[in-house]
Amino acid sequence: MGIKQGFVAGVAVLVVSAALYAGPSGGTISGKVTYEGTPAKQKPIDMSKEPSCAQQHATPITTETVVTGPNNALENVVVYISAGAPDDSTAPGQPAKFTQKGCQYLPHVLAFEVNQTLEIANDDQTSHNIHPLPKVNREWNKSQPPGTPPISEKYDKPEFIPVKCNIHPWMHGNFAVLKNSHYAVSQGEGSFTLPNLPPGKYTITAWHESYGDQSQEVTITGSETKTVNFVFKAKPY
Amino acid sequence: MGKFFAVILTLIALASAYPILTHMYVQPVDISTHGHAIDEQLSDTMAEAGFAFLGAQLLLAFFVWKYSSRKNGVKVKHLPGGAKLMVATAFIFVGTEVLALGVLGQKAWAEVYFTAPKPDALQVQAQAGQFAFYFRYPGADEKFAPLHPDKIDEGNGNYFGLDPANDVEARDDIVTAELAIPVNREIHLLMHAKDVGHSFYVRELRIQQDFVPGLDLSVHFTATKTGKYEIVCTQLCGLGHYNMKAYLNVLSQEDFDKWLKEKASEQ
Amino acid sequence: MEEAVVPAAHVHAPPEGFIRKHVFSLDHKVIGKQYYGLGLVAVFIGMGLSWLMRFHLVWPTTKVPGLELLSSTGAPGGVITPEYYLSLLTMHGTLMVFFVLTNAPFAGFGNYFLPIQIGAEDMAFPRFNMMSFWITFCAFIVLILAFFIPDGPPISGWTAYAPLSAVGKDAGPGLAWGQSLWAMSIAIFCVGQLFGSLNFIATTLDLRAKGMTFMRMPICTWAWFITSAIGLLAFAVLLPACLLLLLDRMAGTSFFIPAGLVISDRLQNHAGGSPLLWQHLFWFFGHPEVYIAILPAIGIVSHVLITNMRKPMLSAKVLIYSMMSIGFLSWMVWGHHMFVSGMNPTSSLLFSFPTLTITIPATIITLIWLGSLYGANMQINAASLFALGFVSMFVSGGVSGFFLAQPSIDIYLHATYFVVGHFHMVMGVAAIFGIFSGTYFWFPKMSGRMMNETLGKLHFWITFIGTYCIFMPFHYLGLVGNVRRYSSFVDDFMAPLMPVHKFISIAAFVTGAAQFIFLYNLIHSRFRGKQASENPWNATSLEWSIPSPPPWDNFGGKHPVIYHDPYQYGVKGSKGDFVMQDSPEQV
Repeated sequence: MGIKQGFVAGVAVLVVSAALYAGPSGGTISGKVTYEGTPAKQKPIDMSKEPSCAQQHATPITTETVVTGPNNALENVVVYISAGAPDDSTAPGQPAKFTQKGCQYLPHVLAFEVNQTLEIANDDQTSHNIHPLPKVNREWNKSQPPGTPPISEKYDKPEFIPVKCNIHPWMHGNFAVLKNSHYAVSQGEGSFTLPNLPPGKYTITAWHESYGDQSQEVTITGSETKTVNFVFKAKPY
Repeated sequence: MGKFFAVILTLIALASAYPILTHMYVQPVDISTHGHAIDEQLSDTMAEAGFAFLGAQLLLAFFVWKYSSRKNGVKVKHLPGGAKLMVATAFIFVGTEVLALGVLGQKAWAEVYFTAPKPDALQVQAQAGQFAFYFRYPGADEKFAPLHPDKIDEGNGNYFGLDPANDVEARDDIVTAELAIPVNREIHLLMHAKDVGHSFYVRELRIQQDFVPGLDLSVHFTATKTGKYEIVCTQLCGLGHYNMKAYLNVLSQEDFDKWLKEKASEQ
Repeated sequence: MEEAVVPAAHVHAPPEGFIRKHVFSLDHKVIGKQYYGLGLVAVFIGMGLSWLMRFHLVWPTTKVPGLELLSSTGAPGGVITPEYYLSLLTMHGTLMVFFVLTNAPFAGFGNYFLPIQIGAEDMAFPRFNMMSFWITFCAFIVLILAFFIPDGPPISGWTAYAPLSAVGKDAGPGLAWGQSLWAMSIAIFCVGQLFGSLNFIATTLDLRAKGMTFMRMPICTWAWFITSAIGLLAFAVLLPACLLLLLDRMAGTSFFIPAGLVISDRLQNHAGGSPLLWQHLFWFFGHPEVYIAILPAIGIVSHVLITNMRKPMLSAKVLIYSMMSIGFLSWMVWGHHMFVSGMNPTSSLLFSFPTLTITIPATIITLIWLGSLYGANMQINAASLFALGFVSMFVSGGVSGFFLAQPSIDIYLHATYFVVGHFHMVMGVAAIFGIFSGTYFWFPKMSGRMMNETLGKLHFWITFIGTYCIFMPFHYLGLVGNVRRYSSFVDDFMAPLMPVHKFISIAAFVTGAAQFIFLYNLIHSRFRGKQASENPWNATSLEWSIPSPPPWDNFGGKHPVIYHDPYQYGVKGSKGDFVMQDSPEQV
């Protein structure tokens, strides 16, 4: 074997092992989340008590308990593998970022993993207090005056946690603390994609803060893409 | 050193009285029909208290000036009249002052608390909760729907705990973050506390009343000047107490009707 | 007048060993100094907290170096959060009212001098006396512990209004373990004060020396006696109130919590309680507490003034009766704290009258002081300067009471800085002036050494002018409508008032710094001060008839016999212009 062949073989081994590591052989689940019926009307928020926030919004923002897109798309739905995938043994190194800006939580729904660092920043000129209301995790309630460093926290159990700011009662958000990295939050079109799933039988769950959750069973055999759609029933009140 | 004390005390007394005498710090303008009685009572009391304050401080300074650090062996003297004079002075001057203030003051108090709101007063409900005020107007049916604390969902804008799904009366209730009222019309404010104690204080209205959880309290008042005024919480209610406020927006009747219509459409 | 009683009811052996002498001592003088020392620690902590508050109010975003080490969540990066401001405020009020204003002038000086002034060897119940101090000490430790727990100190103010103080963690930081520690601390404190008050009463009634009739007791003895009667009733109400609060917090009862409260989105599992019940119980204690703080100071100041005027008061009797009427009226006025609380508006009127009436005995006391100054030969020293300063503060704080006693004006001024200015002047500063006056006056007796007069006078001038600079502007702010207990003034309304706040803060820093002169003087004089004679002020009461410092059994085994009322000044005695209480000389 010449040097050239040896080089090629080496590269091939590298490529194959890299491929095995990344699991490109895995399948993908993608789909769309929609609603049927009439969702609750989202009301404009009067922030007049906090002028420094109010003036950041040319038109008042509305409540965000049901955020919809075109074609009945439903946003802010957390789609995740609730059973069938192993729990991640180590949390991702990069922090999940949650920002308070204009007296609003960005993003409204933040999904991250168990033991992953959650980094909360205050971009406003006013104090906020971040008060997540967990049932199984440890509860805390911290104020963040303007100009103070970001708050770092972690959760060690999976849970959907409502988050509120007591100082600005309209500010509500959600943390989705999940066991593995296979999750997505539906965006503008209501669409989501869960790539790189090794073959296996999965329970895939979609969770919405107002409409609860739904699950479906999906089996991935190879590198195919399977489509799963969720339809939530919307109520006007 | 005694003379020095006298001088310093005199300066302190005069300097303390100066901002009051020159009206450097005055109450914000009164926009209520009942406030003048409170203001009058306040300025009467200020006059009497100021007189007592200056009188006592200057007398103290004078006596210390005159009777301190005297020659050794000087013979002490006693005030003619002695304690009897002091007791008589206290009873006659302060006693009458106390009675006068006490009796006159009741008038101002009575105007706020011993009169019933007129039957045609506009009823508005105010809810205080950590750390914002919300207000509710009864809407087209002129009825306040009952409250269900378990239905409170602030993220969804349901600050009061209305149940529009099962309760038709609740659907037209108008919930706002600002208290808009028509000028020159009596307002009957029904006060409801959602969580802990709060207070409703509008300086210009000369109204301060606590919200007490579990108690249905109310105040009534009439605003006489249009404009925007601050409503602040004055009962320590937690970490956001300093930031618990709302605006009182006194509008002309037409502007108020327009405002209410607009708010109704937002519900 | 009743016959004096045999003063040797309880004799105990001389203490041996360091622990018995200085720690678990039965000696009322050591216990008095322990109370005073505890008050001193508490007042410096309390003052430090007020500095932090004043700093935060005017420089809200400036970092306080090192504060993060004390509380990483309360002051992230050294910036004080809104809830930590309230923690500071709550702890400041609690420390000052309970551990300073109750401890130092009443329990501290009272313990030391009441038995001596009536010619007794010790308190009636020395063991109870020791226990009451150590119980109070425990209460202090429990309270201070709140700074070091993750929850942080409570944020509901020293008044701890329910339901905020009763519902627990949902209502905010500091309201879980912090608030529980507060309630426990105050409950323990009440026990200590109840023991102490009982002891004072029993001692005064039973252990007076031969010839020491009630009307021959010095005015300050009377003040402590009246105060202990108030304390016995007041703390007996606060104790169960705190226990009920603890039950609400820990056992799920609902004494103070009504149904249907939704706090931080959670429906509270309570029903049937009344928040007003807490307010009634608290203020039923709280208003008499004001007099627990101020009456001993009135007594001390009268004692110091008489000695330095070199003549008796116009009438000690009238002064004593006035103090009694204040004590009596103090039980009928608690509702004036609740004019806008939603209590029946008619009861506001009923509470207003006795409140205004208290002005009469208070005015009589002031006029007696002023009238007694006429024709005096006033000696000016640090003790008498603070006593004169007290009279001035008592007047300044008293006249603002006219306003707040009237429900109609209270509508406007309630919960503004006017109230803060009022009670700081009359209850805080005035009482502390009483403590300072007593300290400069009695230090020679307590330590056997004189304090440095020059430093004492310097301390007086900065403190006197400084406190007026701090608390007078509070009244002006209140008149404009500046609300109290706000951690920052975020709105346009308050912005124009910021220069006033800056002035107050700077005055507070300077005045606070001057207290270190006092601390230095106290410590330095304790070890390096000039030796004090038995009676450096040429005073007449019994404490000046014994060595400085007094022996463990006060009178060295002798039983003093009393021949005179306590204020024989301006007479021709063998020692000068005074005759001592136990001197058989005729006057």
